Amino acid sequence: MLSVGQLNEGVVLDHIPAGKAMDIYRKLKLNQMDCQVAMIMQARSSKMGLKDIIKVECPLELLNLDALGFIDHTITVNIIRDGEIVEKKKLKLPKKLVNIIHCKNPRCITSIEQGLNHIFYLADEEKELYRCQYCDEKYHSHSKE
Amino acid sequence: MRHCMSPLDFSVEELDQMLDLAVDIEHNPEKYSHACEGKKIATCFYEPSTRTRLSFEAAMLNLGGQVLGFSSAQSSSAAKGESVADTIRVISCFADIAAIRHPKEGAAYVASTVSGIPVINAGDGGHQHPTQTLTDLMTIRSIKGKLGEMTIGLCGDLKFGRTVHSLISALVRYPGIRFVLISPEELRVPDYVRDDVLRKNNVPFEEVIRLEDALPELDVLYMTRVQKERFFNEEDYVRMKDFYILDKPKMDLAKKDMCVLHPLPRVNEISVEVDSDPRACYFRQVQYGVYIRMALILTLLGVKVC
Repeated sequence: MLSVGQLNEGVVLDHIPAGKAMDIYRKLKLNQMDCQVAMIMQARSSKMGLKDIIKVECPLELLNLDALGFIDHTITVNIIRDGEIVEKKKLKLPKKLVNIIHCKNPRCITSIEQGLNHIFYLADEEKELYRCQYCDEKYHSHSKE
Repeated sequence: MRHCMSPLDFSVEELDQMLDLAVDIEHNPEKYSHACEGKKIATCFYEPSTRTRLSFEAAMLNLGGQVLGFSSAQSSSAAKGESVADTIRVISCFADIAAIRHPKEGAAYVASTVSGIPVINAGDGGHQHPTQTLTDLMTIRSIKGKLGEMTIGLCGDLKFGRTVHSLISALVRYPGIRFVLISPEELRVPDYVRDDVLRKNNVPFEEVIRLEDALPELDVLYMTRVQKERFFNEEDYVRMKDFYILDKPKMDLAKKDMCVLHPLPRVNEISVEVDSDPRACYFRQVQYGVYIRMALILTLLGVKVC
């Protein structure tokens, strides 16, 4: 287990499948946040073999946990205070996704109407299946871009 | 405020109430002839549909109300680039209820999210067409006297046919329903209907290619047109369009009390010689469509007639 190092206040995203950290960095728009981010790629893990870790020096509320849960709900979210893990948060598949994925159905109203939020709802939790709120086009959570 | 986007917006009990209301309208039209006096429906049709639009307009006129609207995108502000959301905001100032048809899926839903008046989805591309489903349910219930304990055959374009998807979703809520899905391989029902609707609700169904094989066991046969506008490829359309033709010899294979439904317009899939068969119910279906739209307008406007 890697130490959370010098992060005193913030969030550590642990057990990220190896190679996925950059994708999460982009999806959570961490580059647009005014905080320090450290990424550890291909760290050894007894549970996963190899894993990625992201440390973010920001309050939990600033992270889009819905987006993270959609990307991979098996990721562990550790909340750090005074350099210690004070809480481990389990992610769930979000019931609703707003502007995280876009509908690819050319017949969907979102393909022509400007300014609409792209909204997907969780249609089948077991199959990790989402559907577009407007046209019901399906989107599997495990076939993410 | 309540809208109508999908037939599943209503519970089975609510649907039963609406169907009862439609039956009362059918038998006592004069009782409802002033029910919507002073009220207006806006029929906002971004693509051509004479039948559905006129059915809505007839429904409101029968209720003593008035109608306004447009019948193509070219004759609306959409031609100037106005969004559906803005159009419905404006129309909310002119009318008490709106029926919207649009070629894009989810357009009516977008309208409902910003509208100040009840919105009825009058067809959104290949997605939903709830008032057709309400019409189909009323026709089946009026003719067969029930909505359960039946074998229903659906024939033709089961892939792009939104009326078929909606009808299946609505009927699986009734007990004892069994489906026979009759289509060429290329036009089978989409996976989501097979898995998420039929299998999920443990509804028995079989898929066959030959109409003749299915006919003897059916209580209801729902024919559909292969819709040219749903194909990207002309060749595929030409190959599929005359795959099924219901004619007199085929009707001889069916039960004496089977009823034939069709959302219309029909092209070649039902031979005109079948029209005189008492089991051909597709023109009565159009009349039922007006009654159920009247019932829907009254329900969404909250108008009670004693």
